[in-house]
Amino acid sequence: MSQTFSRRAAIAGIGATEFSKDSGRSEWRLACESVLAALADAQIGVEEVDGFALFTMENNPEIAVARALGIPELKFFSRIPHGGGGACAPVQQAALAVSSGVADVVVVYRAFNERSGHRFGAGPPPFAYAQNTDQEYRNWINPYGLLTPAQQEAFLAQRYMAKYGATSEDFGRVSVLSRKHAANNPKAWFHGRPIRLEEHQSSRFIAEPLRLLDCCQESDGGQALVIVSAERARDLPHPPALISGAAQGVGPQQISMSSYYRPDIDEMPEVELVARQLWQQSGLRPAEIDAAVIYDAFTPMVLLQLEEYGFCGRGEAKDYLLDGHLEVDGALPVNTHGGQLGEGYLHGVNGIAEGVRLVRGTSTNQPPKAIDNVLVTGGSPVPHSGLVLSADR
Amino acid sequence: MSKTSVPPITRTHDNVFWFDGAQQGRLLIQRCADCATLRHPPGPACPACRSFEWDTMESSRRGTLHSFTVIHHPQDPAFTYPLAVGLIDLAEGTRLVADIEGVEPGDLQLGMELEVVFGAHAHDETLPRLRPVPAAATPSEPDGITA
Ligand SMILES: [Zn+2]
Repeated sequence: MSQTFSRRAAIAGIGATEFSKDSGRSEWRLACESVLAALADAQIGVEEVDGFALFTMENNPEIAVARALGIPELKFFSRIPHGGGGACAPVQQAALAVSSGVADVVVVYRAFNERSGHRFGAGPPPFAYAQNTDQEYRNWINPYGLLTPAQQEAFLAQRYMAKYGATSEDFGRVSVLSRKHAANNPKAWFHGRPIRLEEHQSSRFIAEPLRLLDCCQESDGGQALVIVSAERARDLPHPPALISGAAQGVGPQQISMSSYYRPDIDEMPEVELVARQLWQQSGLRPAEIDAAVIYDAFTPMVLLQLEEYGFCGRGEAKDYLLDGHLEVDGALPVNTHGGQLGEGYLHGVNGIAEGVRLVRGTSTNQPPKAIDNVLVTGGSPVPHSGLVLSADR
Repeated sequence: MSKTSVPPITRTHDNVFWFDGAQQGRLLIQRCADCATLRHPPGPACPACRSFEWDTMESSRRGTLHSFTVIHHPQDPAFTYPLAVGLIDLAEGTRLVADIEGVEPGDLQLGMELEVVFGAHAHDETLPRLRPVPAAATPSEPDGITA
C-alpha cells in the first residue's frame, strides 16, 4: 500500500459561510469567503494556494477566485463532472496532486445561491438546454414529466419499497434522525427544529413515494476544504484528517439520475464500486468505520447507500436504522451535522467538513466513542464518489 | 400559460429514427445487426458486441409496469397534475419511460399491464404515453394516436 496516495494527504482546513435561504451576496463572494475561512482554519497563507479542485455545477471558476483573492499562481486545477455525485472526487484529485508533488496546497470549494438563485428542485438547470450528447439522456425522461432529481429518483424508491417491504415511514426515520442532529447544530438551518415522524408522514407529496420531508433543503452558502500533504498537516494547528481512501465510480449502463435500463434499478453498482475501492485503498472494512456522512439529497438514498457500502444486507437498512445503529451513540453515527436534510445543502461538501470535525473530535454531536475512520459519500444515483477520512494514530 | 421547462428533444444521427417512428405512431427499438441485441435508449454502438451496424424492430407496444411515480410538485405547464409517470418493461425486453393516462394514481400497481400509445407532448412532439390495455386485450392499431 505504501506506493498509493492513501494517508499521504490530509484535509487540514475547513471553512464555510453561514447556510441560509438568501445570502444577499454573490456566489463569487461566497466562494472567496469560504476559501479564506478554510485557509484561516488551516493557518496557511492565501498566496500559498497553488491548486483548486472543483466539481461541476460550480458557477465560480478557480481563476475567478484566484483573481479575486490575489492568488498569484495555480499549478493544478480540475473539475469533476456529475454535480453532487462528484462531491467527494475533488478531494481525490487534491490528494493525488499533493501526494505526487504536483501541488502543495489544493483548495476544494462549493459556493452557490441555490435557494435564492437557480433552484435545482425547480426544473432542469440552465445547461440542460444545450443540444449535445451530454444532455441527450434528457430525451428519455424530461418530455414525460421527469424534470427534477426527486422525480427521477422516485422510480428507485418505489421499486425498493416493493422489493423489500420498506415504507414511507422507513424513509421518514432518516429525516427524523437528521433533523434531530441538526437541532443540536447551531450552524444548521434547522437548528432547534426537530421533527416527529408524524410530521414527515403528513408532509405533502413531491413525487410519490417522496414527500417534502424526504427532500433535502435548498441552500445558499459556501464551504471550502484545504488539502496538503500529511507531513505538512502534522505541523498545522488541527489534528489532520488523513485521506485514507478516495474513489470515483461509474457502473454498467450508467446514465445521470436515470439508469433505468439495468436489471435491478434499486441497485447502484457505481456505489458498490466506490465502496470496493475505498476498502482496498484504506485496508478497512465496513465494521471499522466509526461514523458516516451519507449523501442525503433524498432519504431513500441513505438506506440504499448503507447497503451498497456493506453496513448491512440488501433491504436491511430500514431495520439497521430502526435498531438505533445510526444514532450518535450507535455503531455507525450518520449525518451528525444534520445532513443536507437538516444542516444545509452545499452539494455534499458540508458533509466532508463534518467528516473532518468527527476526526478532530469537534462535531456538535460528537459520538462518545473514539472516531478513527469516517466514511463520506457523494450523491447517487449518478456517477459516484466517496472518501474515508482517518485520524492520525 | 407560462413557458414549459421541458428541454427540446436533442436529435442525433443515433436516435432520429426513434423520433421519426414516434411521429408515425410506431414504437421502434434499435437492434444490433450483428448479434441482434436490442437496446434502448438508442446509441451508436452495441454494448454487447461493439458493432456499429444496426436496424430496428417495431415493438408490440405491450408491457408491464416496472416502476412509477406520481408527481405533485413542481408543476410544469406541459402537463396536468397529479402526473403519473411509468417505467415499463416492454414485451421485447427493453424498457421505456412515458407518462400514464387513464389510470387513477391510486390504482397504479407494479406489474400491471399497460400499452404504449402516442400523443402530443411539449414542443409539438408526438411521443409515447402509457395507458391500460383495452378490455378487448388486443393492441390498438399502430397508427392509433391519442389526442
Ligand atoms: Zn451486437
